[in-house]
Order: sequence, then C-alpha cells, then structure tokens
Amino acid sequence: MTDQQAWEHAAARAVRPSRLGSPERTAQGLREVGYLPDQHIASVVYLGEQLAKPVLIEGPAGTGKTELAKSVALMSGMRLIRLQCYEGLDEAKALYEWNYRKQLLRIQVGQTGQAVGDGRGPDGAASWSDVESDIFSEEFLLPRPLLAAIRSPEPVVLLIDEVDRLDVETEALLLEVLSDYQVSIPELGTVTATQTPLVFLTSNNSRDLSEALKRRCLYLFLDYPSAEREQEIVRSRVPGIGERLAEQVSGLVRSLRAMDLKKRPSVSETLDLASTLYLLGAEEVTPQLAADTLHVLLKYQSDIEKAAAELTAKR
Amino acid sequence: MARRATLAAFVAELRTIGLPISVAENVDAMAAVLAMPIADRVALKSALAATLVKSADHHHAFEVVFDLFFGDSRVGIEDLTEPAAGTAAANGNAAAANGSGRPGIVAGLSDADLDDLLFRAMLAGDQVLIRAAVAEAVSRYADVEPGRPVAGVYYLYRTLRRLDTERLLARLVAADGPADLSEMDRALAAERRRGQVDDLRTEAEAEIRRRLVADRGAAAVARTLRVALPEDVDFLNASADQLAAIRQTVQLLGRKLAARLVRKRRHHRRSALDFRRTIRQSLANGGVPAELVFRKPHPSKPEIMLIADVSSSVAAFAGFTLQLANAISAEFSRVRSFAFTDGIEEITDDLSSATDITTAVRRISSRPGVVRLDGHSDYGMVLESFWERWGPQIRAKTSVIILGDGRSNYHASRSEVLRAIRQRARHVYWLNPEPANNWDTGDSIISEYGKFCDEVVECRNLRQLKEFVEVLD
Repeated sequence: MTDQQAWEHAAARAVRPSRLGSPERTAQGLREVGYLPDQHIASVVYLGEQLAKPVLIEGPAGTGKTELAKSVALMSGMRLIRLQCYEGLDEAKALYEWNYRKQLLRIQVGQTGQAVGDGRGPDGAASWSDVESDIFSEEFLLPRPLLAAIRSPEPVVLLIDEVDRLDVETEALLLEVLSDYQVSIPELGTVTATQTPLVFLTSNNSRDLSEALKRRCLYLFLDYPSAEREQEIVRSRVPGIGERLAEQVSGLVRSLRAMDLKKRPSVSETLDLASTLYLLGAEEVTPQLAADTLHVLLKYQSDIEKAAAELTAKR
Repeated sequence: MARRATLAAFVAELRTIGLPISVAENVDAMAAVLAMPIADRVALKSALAATLVKSADHHHAFEVVFDLFFGDSRVGIEDLTEPAAGTAAANGNAAAANGSGRPGIVAGLSDADLDDLLFRAMLAGDQVLIRAAVAEAVSRYADVEPGRPVAGVYYLYRTLRRLDTERLLARLVAADGPADLSEMDRALAAERRRGQVDDLRTEAEAEIRRRLVADRGAAAVARTLRVALPEDVDFLNASADQLAAIRQTVQLLGRKLAARLVRKRRHHRRSALDFRRTIRQSLANGGVPAELVFRKPHPSKPEIMLIADVSSSVAAFAGFTLQLANAISAEFSRVRSFAFTDGIEEITDDLSSATDITTAVRRISSRPGVVRLDGHSDYGMVLESFWERWGPQIRAKTSVIILGDGRSNYHASRSEVLRAIRQRARHVYWLNPEPANNWDTGDSIISEYGKFCDEVVECRNLRQLKEFVEVLD
C-alpha cells in the first residue's frame, strides 16, 4: 500500500457521521453525567466511536476505568453490556451456549408427539432432520455478553472488564469480535453486528496483553488525575465539602503518591477520605488529623507507618 | 503534503526507537488525525498517542519525539487534511520563524528583571508568561550554536544554572508562607512549588529542543537525541531520570513475571499418568477409563543464590536485578542475596525489610563487611570467602547467579573456586552488564570465569534481564 492509498483509506474511515458529535460534545456529555474527563480522555472516547475501534483503557486500580465506560453508556443512553473477565472464562460464558435442556425437551416432545400420532411425519428419519434443524436455531441459543452486544438491534456499549485476567489463549476469543464485530457459530453461520457497539476494555496491567489485541484497539492510559482535576472530582462527588478542605485533601493525596509506597492511594480512596473528613466536620486538615485518617487512604501497615512518619516530620 | 511527510517521518522515528507500530496502526493514526475536527496540537497529540503508543512505558519517548516533530504549535491538522497546503515549507522552516521571533515585552528586560518576571509569573501560575520568560532565558543564556550536532544537555545546564532554580524555589516558598498558614498548608504548598520548578526544567528542555529543531530539522535532532525506551536503557550509563523510570518498570515487571511463572507452572501438562486414580475414576463409568488422571505437576522450585557486585561502577545494575529477583522470590523455594566489593556479606534480611531495594543496595555498598580494603572489586578474594563461608550450603537444587562486570582490578582470578562451586550447584550463571565486545578488555577477566559457568549472559538493559529471568529454572 502506498502512502497515498493509505491516506485515502484512512479518509474513508474518518468521515462517518458521529454519534458523539465532537470531542467537546463528548467531554460536555460526560461532565453532565458526573464524570470529569480531561481533554485527552474525551478525544480518545470520541475517536473510538468515530473510527469504530475498541478502546483499551489501562492504568492503576481506582482511577475510573470502569466508571468511564459506564458514564459513556449513561451519557449516550445506550444499554451497557458487561463481560467480567476471570481466569478460566471460556466461550460458553463469553460468546454463546446452546440451551441443551431446552433442546432435550424439544427432542422428547418430538418423540412423544410421534407416539400419540399428532400428525407429524410417520417417517422417523424425516422428523429427525426437522428436529435437528429445529434445535440448532436461534431459539435454542443462549447469547452471552459478546454475542448479545453483536446481536442487539439498538447500539450498545460493551464493557470487557479486567481483560488482563483472561488466559492468553482465551484472549484470542475476543479478536474476531473486536476487529470485525462478528461472531461465527458453526451451526448457524456468522452473526454480524447491524449496529457497531462501542467497546471498552479495561486492564490493570497485571500482564502484557498480546500484540494482536493491542493492535485492534485504541489505547488510553488513565493515570492518577492532576491535583486540579482531582480537586474538581472531590468537589463534584462530595457535595457540600469546603473548597479549602478539597484543596488540602487533593494536595495530601498528591504528596502521598509521590512517596514510594506499596499501594498508592487511588481516586476512590481520595473520595473516601474527603467524605470521612466532611462527616467528621473538619474545617481543615492538620498533620495530626491526616495521620489519624491515613488508614482510609493506605491499605498496608508499612505504608501507613511510613507516611505517618513523613507527615509528622513536616510539623 | 509536507505535513503528511512529517507524520511519516515521525512514525519512522518511533519505529527506530523500538516502538512496535504496525501498518494497520499507522493507517489508524492517519484516520484518527483526519477524524479530529479541530486543528490544535493537543488534539493531534491525543489522536496519535491513542493509535500509536500501546504501552504506558513508551509514553515518555512518544512525548519527546512528538515535541520534536510537531513542537511548533502552528502545525495543525489542517495541514494534514489539505494535501496541497504548505508544499514549499520544509518542516524546519516554519519552526525557525517561530523560534527566533522574540516576544516583544520580555526582550527589552534586564537580566534581573527577567528573573523577577519569571518569579512573578510562577507565583501567579501564568503559563503563557512563564513560557515567554523561559524562551527569553534560553536565547540569552544557552548560547545555542547553530549547526552543532548535540542533544542540548549542555545548553539546558547553562540555562538552569543561570536561572538558579534552587534560589527561585526558596523565594517562591517564602512568598507563599504568611504567618497565618498552617504547617500542613505550607508543606503542601512547598511541594506544589517544587513541582512547578520541575516543570520549568521540562519547559526549558522543550524550548531548547525547539531551537535545535529549527536549526537542524526534527529528524536530525531525533537522531542525536535517540530517546531510549525504559527497557532499552543501558544500566551502566543511565541518567537519574532514566534510573527512576527503570525502577518503576522493574516493579511492574516483577509482578508480571510472577503471574506468568505461576500460569506456566499450572499449565504444565507433561506429568505422569496416575494409574491408581484413573482406575478408581473408571469405576464410576462401569470400568471404562473415560478420563485419564495425571499426577499433579510438581513444579521444581529452585533455590537461588544471587551474588552481586555492588561497587560503584555496576551498583545500579545489581540493584535492579536484586529487586527483580526479590519481586518473584515466591516462585523459588528460596532467594538468598549476597553483596560484595572486595569483601562479601549476606544481605537477604536487609532486602526483605527494605521498602526500596535500590536505595538499600546503595547503603549496603559502603558497609564494612562489604568493603574490606578500598571498595574496588576483587572477584578472586570474594569467591574464595564465599566458598569458605557458604559453600557447604550450596545444594544440588541451588542455582548460583553472579552479577558483575568481571573487572577484578588485576587481582588473581582464582577461577578454580568457581569450578568447585559449579560442581556442587545445579547451575552457575553470570550476568554481565557490559556490552559483549568490551569483555576481556582491560582488567576484565570474564572469559576465565566463563569457562566454569553454564552461561555468561550479556545483561545491559531490562529487556535482556527479563529474557534471562523468564527461562530461569
């Protein structure tokens, strides 16, 4: 492919009408449902929709990866279909499964029907082929999240959560869905999406995902927010909190994150601290108060001791 | 058209650095650039980052290269969408016009006034003014000489020395602290100011690069700069920033490796048939052995003895390797660590209680037991005392791993001791942080030891270290 052809190819994909409008409209919409995105986040979400590509969200725990996908669903009014990944997840739980109980019932009904002579073919072989084509029809198919997202008549948001927990071999299951938005069922043929779903994958980065998966996705790294953005998040999620307290909380968390800790405080823990302090009726954070409430932020005793020592040293 | 060429050159540069960018991703990047409706640099950056960079480790490298190629804020998306636009402008020219044009207000100030302006801009957090002041400082103090093929570190040093960032920080902190502020607020404010001064450094760095790009073009500067990905940075000549980046990557790498080793062990299916249980199981099916039962895999968990040279020349390498080995220590039945320069001591307990292994290693490297005489490595002496003190504890399932450059300062090698160790141990590996073609030059006697090792592995960067650890058993 020459460079010129590549650009033409790219241009063809870039001009689809967009459901999200523009990056600004996306940001605005997310803001309205209570998620405060920065410009980069809004741009990537918009691009994911526009280019019809899944978005792979990676980052430390508790930075709002899952929340982002939920908020996009809420904002656009689309249904959210969620696939929670875990080790040992297989096709039957991710893609589809034949409802074998119902199939058995159908076969039994066929047999008894023949016994009482309800007019079905007297020829056993013919009725078997009837039964066979019958039991492998859509009626007996149990759609699991991936197939459900593909088959849905209205556009949906598909969230594949913690994709890094999948076994390396199972990861390949996702590839067909992610690149072509289709699922192949041997007995039925290929089911292709009529409406391209918006796909989000989240990963805690506990292992490297395969190149094949990464190549099919846009990549968004969600790091801890800047102090200003975090302060904004605190104020929107803990209504009634004083500006000064919010500023101090975000500053405190920021300085804790700069320390070398086993587990750095996440945004959700910041919010926990903010609501704790708010409920305690604190006007401002003193080093003593901060040291007393550290266990809200930090989950390891060694971390708490280290941070407490640091905080009291500042006094 | 020229801008499209810039994008092509940009992708080429990222690939040279080592980012794995496929053709499909390149086309995605083009589509993303065209899909972003507004012509601004931040949007362009988002579009390229999302499509080209698929790992957080690579983001820093991406940012630096992006600034080189699209540093001029006027390079927008409109240039990419309009194939006909800007054919004449080679990518350097536009930047040159921007870089040399001094903002009118700041140009006439005296040096002291410039300092003051910068101080006030930072106090107020006025990004535009800070940027203008830094640009002016760079033109005054850095003395950028056109045409010199340098990466600009020296220019940065000159600018920052003249701006006196330490004094600036002190002034800012002092200005922040009226008496009524609480201790807590003051500490947090000081921290924020420190962040601001760090940003100043980044800003100056970016400004200098802009000048270099204006002078020689983005591709040429990228060639001299050659940003390395964290996993490719050479342990022996990494800067402080790079070391910090490596340390973070090592932490993550330890977790990933541990997860992978566990998985590998679990999927190990080559174990023997458990006959008794197969027959027992078959009774449920009327004696037909429908399902074979295998013995539970019994993973071999080797014991590891890490002997690390912590003398100053290779201390960083030793630190990372010890950190990584300890991060995955659960996968081995035991990891014991030893540190040496010209004396040797066991440091297993020091490391298990330390939160940050690299700093612990630095502390250990000056301890009396580890430094016997002058702290210059003496491999022969050290191997001998290791053999005397811990030799009997080496067992048939122990792997001994020696970390060091094999530069023994012309002391006797006593490689026969290593042969004795080799006979007792399961494996002896030697990890050498020097490039293989420097081995056996000067006082390096690595091949003399190499004769008695299972393998001598060149281990200059994280990528090589990771490859070694993965196959370790």
